[in-house]
Amino acid sequence: MPDTDNLIKTVTPLPDPEAAKEALLKSYPTKVARKRTKHMVVNDPATLSAIQANARTIPGIITQRGCSYAGCKGVVLGPTRDIINITHGPIGCGYYSWLTRRNQTRTESDAEHNYIPYCFSTDMQEQEIVFGGEKKLEAAIQEAYDLFHPKAIAVFATCPVGLIGDDIHQVSKRMKEKLGINVFAFSCEGYRGVSQSAGHHIANNQLFKHVIGRGTTPVEGKFRINLLGEYNIGGDAFVLEDLFERCGITLVSTFSGNSTVDGFERAHMADLNCVMCHRSINYVADMIEKKYGIPWFKVNFIGANSSAKSLRRIAQYFENDELTARTEQVIAEENEKVAAAQSRIRPRCEGKTAMLFVGGSRAHHYQDLFKEIGMKTVAAGYEFAHRDDYEGRRVLPDIKVDADSRNIEEVTVEQDAELYNPRKSADEIAAYEAREFHFNDYDGMMPEMEEGTLSIDDISHHETERLIEMYRPAVFCAGIKEKYAVQKMGVPCKQLHSYDYGGPYAGFQGAINFYEDIDRMVNARAWAFIDPPWKTRTSPKLTASYGDQ
Amino acid sequence: MRKIAIYGKGGIGKSTTTQNTVAALAEMGRQVMVVGCDPKADSTRLLMGGLVQKTVLDTLRDEGEDVELDDICKTGYGNTRCTESGGPEPGVGCAGRGIITSINMLEQLGAYDESRKLDYTFYDVLGDVVCGGFAMPIREGKAQEIYIVCSGEMMAMYAANNICKGIVKFAQAGGVRLGGLICNSRNCDNEREMIEELARKIGTQMIHFVPRDNDVQRAEINRKTVIEWNPECPQADEYRTLARNIENNKMFVVPKPLAIEELEALLMAFGLAA
Repeated sequence: MPDTDNLIKTVTPLPDPEAAKEALLKSYPTKVARKRTKHMVVNDPATLSAIQANARTIPGIITQRGCSYAGCKGVVLGPTRDIINITHGPIGCGYYSWLTRRNQTRTESDAEHNYIPYCFSTDMQEQEIVFGGEKKLEAAIQEAYDLFHPKAIAVFATCPVGLIGDDIHQVSKRMKEKLGINVFAFSCEGYRGVSQSAGHHIANNQLFKHVIGRGTTPVEGKFRINLLGEYNIGGDAFVLEDLFERCGITLVSTFSGNSTVDGFERAHMADLNCVMCHRSINYVADMIEKKYGIPWFKVNFIGANSSAKSLRRIAQYFENDELTARTEQVIAEENEKVAAAQSRIRPRCEGKTAMLFVGGSRAHHYQDLFKEIGMKTVAAGYEFAHRDDYEGRRVLPDIKVDADSRNIEEVTVEQDAELYNPRKSADEIAAYEAREFHFNDYDGMMPEMEEGTLSIDDISHHETERLIEMYRPAVFCAGIKEKYAVQKMGVPCKQLHSYDYGGPYAGFQGAINFYEDIDRMVNARAWAFIDPPWKTRTSPKLTASYGDQ
Repeated sequence: MRKIAIYGKGGIGKSTTTQNTVAALAEMGRQVMVVGCDPKADSTRLLMGGLVQKTVLDTLRDEGEDVELDDICKTGYGNTRCTESGGPEPGVGCAGRGIITSINMLEQLGAYDESRKLDYTFYDVLGDVVCGGFAMPIREGKAQEIYIVCSGEMMAMYAANNICKGIVKFAQAGGVRLGGLICNSRNCDNEREMIEELARKIGTQMIHFVPRDNDVQRAEINRKTVIEWNPECPQADEYRTLARNIENNKMFVVPKPLAIEELEALLMAFGLAA
């Protein structure tokens, strides 16, 4: 029998964080260690240190990161149901980004388009690489149009398209004129930028330039908001849509969980932008504010406390008694269920530890959920976030713009001559700020982490293994690439990209779902019971008998 | 079989020199194949009597997988085997990848097989080695010897030196060696001495000095090599000499490219002396 008690027990007391950091760096060559040490901070809320982020991964290190195409097509545009997303490239990129993110969607009627179950690709062959792929792309757009008559078609460049110089933007423009529907393209070749973060930025730019603001049908509703950076993994958006509806808030559009192109086109008619995933969508929030005068602030609907706080902020923004009353009623109703779940589950999870290495927001947001069942996040970090996501937007002026970031277009935005309409005057904004109600702000993950915990950016596989050995967390949260390696070490791994098979985890009901799933994971010893055959005491030789012999 | 790649600055006369040399070798009774590696597909025009060929890549595109060697490899002057890799029209696609595809295709189809009893294969490659595709002919297992066509003009010498840098890289990985510089004269001052000195500094030889003669242009207008158009003219003998020198060449080196300052000093020393 393996010593399961040892495996599952949290290491107490927790290792000294400085020594842990040193241990993580120990086996690196000097130059690598010098680079990696800047990506690791021992948190101290009193003195916030700078962390290195959004820098190139060192070649040879196994990183969690994805590519620019994944960030653009997979993350930002993928969850929208009625845009036909065509991957221009050899078939692999399209195939392996097909239905892999568990973005859910719900059409309002059978007549509505839903292309999420489909995979569209130009399936470039060697011949198109040599002679150019523009003609094939044009034919693909035409074919998609003839078959489906979609409202919009988006084209995504893969690596070879950028190398051979296919002008996907010209092709899209030509087809837009020919077909009379919106056709637009993204130069999101996988190798652009240092991670998928570049793809998010590219997606934001093109959505802003080609989609947002095209809608003319007015949006009914008193309290109109957009929810930015919510991707409806495992049904999160459905939970939030229900909450907004019960509060009396009109959701004009979500970028981009359970979304439609109509919603995107009318986003400029909302009166507030709520930003969930700051990293992937803050660009659009900023650009919309400049062009149309819609303010934005950061919200977080992961965790019951955070959800309540976010709903209250929205109510405060609109300054309406009825909205406030309804919001408070919804929170009260939901909190009753949450409290019951917490009292049931918290005693079983209290004092256990978690690690979060995921995303550009999730590693921050999910700490709230763990806190609500008494669990401590001892180490956390993002795959692709920037310094502002760690340290807060106050560091924005200090962030050095390197060549990799300069490679991504910065869209120059001006006030729209007709549509610019500041929803709050400068005086009103100042009055909010005086009450500690901040706009355009995000404090980041690190100020909220306890003293002595670790923040590690773009964690490597080697560091992951050492960290788990030293801390033996009760649960490790990451993605599919890490999941099985972590579980082989006897530690359960929760995927926070896809939620494994679970979710929704947003809002109040989502919080309850998460408590239950985590309870199951940290209190079931399944992974600790598993031992590879070569570790068992008996000989690993296979024996068998045949007939009577 | 000897596999030879010809490089040099664009417009220096690679195709003309190659085809005239190949014609001379054919005249000597050698079996030669020419592989044109230029998207313009004009490397075999003089041997074929015009741009009549369908390129490897065109054929591949039109016929799909079902390609026969005879579809892409035609017989020209003196029983030479001529093939053009071809490529995209200017400004689209990837010509470099096209060369890789087409050389692979020729290999698959057995263009180099023993049974074809070839004595020589010549690769006539576009301009500078701008990307990996244009280095395909000198990758391991392809051409073993390279000749660079140049003249006494600064940019031609600069290009020759630059090509040498590419050769060094491939020489370390495989067996490719530089066989010499072919000076295709532009009637520059002290041209012969300057190229001889450049060759010496790079560690190679000037394998032949081809004087400028308008008979070459006259033959070209007639879609012929000089050897075919007027076998008796003096220029035909120049190409015969070049062909013989290549046939008898024993000097194969890993070049030592010059620093740009050295190259400029060379020009100062020779180019202005007249």
